[in-house]
Amino acid sequence: MTIMKNQEKPDILVVDQLVKYFPVRSGIFQRVTDWVQAVDKVSFAVKKGETLGMVGESGCGKTTVGRTLLRLVEPTSGSVTFEGRDVLKMGARELKPLRRDMQIIFQDPYASLNPRMPIGESVMEGLQIHNIGSPKERWDIAINMLKKVGLEEYHARRYPHEFSGGQRQRIGIARALALNPKFIVCDEPVSALDVSIQSQVLNILKDLQSEFGLTYLFIAHNLSVVEHISDRVAVMYLGKMVELTDRESLYREPLHPYTKALLSAIPVAHPEQKRERTILKGDVPSPLNPPSGCRFHTRCPIAVDKCSQEEPEFKEIRPGHWVACWLA
Amino acid sequence: MTQNNKLLQIENLVLHFKTLNGAVQAVDGVNFTLDSNRAVVVLGESGCGKSSLAKAILRLLPRNAGTYSGHVYLNGRDVMELSEEEFRQNVRWASISMVPQAAMNALNPVIRVGEQVAEPAIVHLGVDKTEALSLVKKMFQHVGVPEDFISRYPFELSGGMRQRVAIAMALVTSPYLIILDEPTSALDVLTQANIFNVLKRLKHELGISFILITHDIATSSELADDVAVMYAGQIVEVNDAHSFFNEPLHPYSKKLMASVPRLHGTEEPEFITGRPPSLINLPVGCRFADRCPSRFEKCTEDPPVVEIEDRKVKCWLYA
Repeated sequence: MTIMKNQEKPDILVVDQLVKYFPVRSGIFQRVTDWVQAVDKVSFAVKKGETLGMVGESGCGKTTVGRTLLRLVEPTSGSVTFEGRDVLKMGARELKPLRRDMQIIFQDPYASLNPRMPIGESVMEGLQIHNIGSPKERWDIAINMLKKVGLEEYHARRYPHEFSGGQRQRIGIARALALNPKFIVCDEPVSALDVSIQSQVLNILKDLQSEFGLTYLFIAHNLSVVEHISDRVAVMYLGKMVELTDRESLYREPLHPYTKALLSAIPVAHPEQKRERTILKGDVPSPLNPPSGCRFHTRCPIAVDKCSQEEPEFKEIRPGHWVACWLA
Repeated sequence: MTQNNKLLQIENLVLHFKTLNGAVQAVDGVNFTLDSNRAVVVLGESGCGKSSLAKAILRLLPRNAGTYSGHVYLNGRDVMELSEEEFRQNVRWASISMVPQAAMNALNPVIRVGEQVAEPAIVHLGVDKTEALSLVKKMFQHVGVPEDFISRYPFELSGGMRQRVAIAMALVTSPYLIILDEPTSALDVLTQANIFNVLKRLKHELGISFILITHDIATSSELADDVAVMYAGQIVEVNDAHSFFNEPLHPYSKKLMASVPRLHGTEEPEFITGRPPSLINLPVGCRFADRCPSRFEKCTEDPPVVEIEDRKVKCWLYA
């Protein structure tokens, strides 16, 4: 998919200044003593039919972003507009039909399926909740979805423990698809899988996208995987989005020093292919007490005085290429 | 049998586990050798027996261990013949130590990390606590942990730092060989790169050998001198890293290499259809035959190990 094509597409989801602070409680009265700034003023848009990859180290807030979009976690402030409607202002009654359109595939296929429910029932559970069809019809839809992800009808009566990791992740996909959603948050869908089957799950996701016109937010920490599936990629660091652009420019010409460091740290499966590597010193600072100014300045190899004092704005410095860095 | 220059020589190592459904043949006749100051990577999918191989080398057997046989020559001496007590005193941690899988969670949460790292030194080197702690400081320098972390508790350390502490603990007795079981699979890409830099430096500066057990082909290429590919309890290919990454021999190795998503890669990564056989009911003949694209009639018989100039491959295609 080219950049031009992308720009013509309408936005299906617009996220504006999204903030999520988790309270830290302590003492015998469990008073709120501090806040973890998991997501801090993140803004981006997802275009209809595209895959937006979201990468970052553990604890950078990428999963929290995914979950707040679906209101599985209530955000502190900001707005999320899905097809013109503000998701965050909806009451429970309005939210329910919306959940048909927005689904999630979870990271751990070993933990996300009910061990006591045959997988066919797991897949049709959503249909039941939304009162779609008769029990017979629901079962047929479930079987159909299982077939779409490469499983067979006889699998439907089996329990999760009878399946391998890759099969379970495919069941998770079938479950998300059963309600015929428009938008799916894929939260690290392949990171728990062996490399030998990762690409099978990725291929299924791609095929289903073109078949049903799905839009994905693909959250992962593996940059090579993200490159293979995404049209555009967003990079997060410590609750902030630091760079967002189409795949080509992000991987060929990253502008943010953090993106550069992430890319240079990717191992290549070849001992002779040596590259210059920017290895960052230290660990990610605590989101309880993030650094002043640019949050990356404590580890940035090119930081200047300004970086520790003022926070750089997340702005579009080339058409479609957003960066939050004073030096970009 | 000559063992010159060979640090470790494993011959026909077998470790089975007893279960109600039958014997799990986790390690089933493994052979390989390791020279000193080399790093061998043992590659394989989950459940192929690679962690059990580490346990078999270090004689860390669970209660349900069944058949346990073969030879493990360390500097020419068969350590399988040693009694449990001799093995504990002279081999485990004294000569070969290990960084367990999920080492970041393997530390005792209520003991300061300095004391945990000092413990093997006190037990194996017979030094007192003050001396051990100064040794720990030296180890912390080697692995890049600040010295004052010595009095911290594991929960005060990040995942990457805990992993370094676990490596320091394996290092403190100055062993010949360290076995690393999936040392970086739970870590972020930046932390992974840092840990591998530490390992490369240790190999260079201290001349330590490594057995690196992993399923992460790309990361392993950072450290590997040799590659051993494991499938269903057996080693199917042994190759030096250079030729392995250029031209893997076994069809399974080829498939594994093709499934790695590459940065800037134009080819789509492939996947291996089907799943590895159960280690209880192993197929007759080649264990990979069911999933192999180049399978032919011969594959119903157990393939021989073919040697092609130092490289070894267990496959009928080369016989």
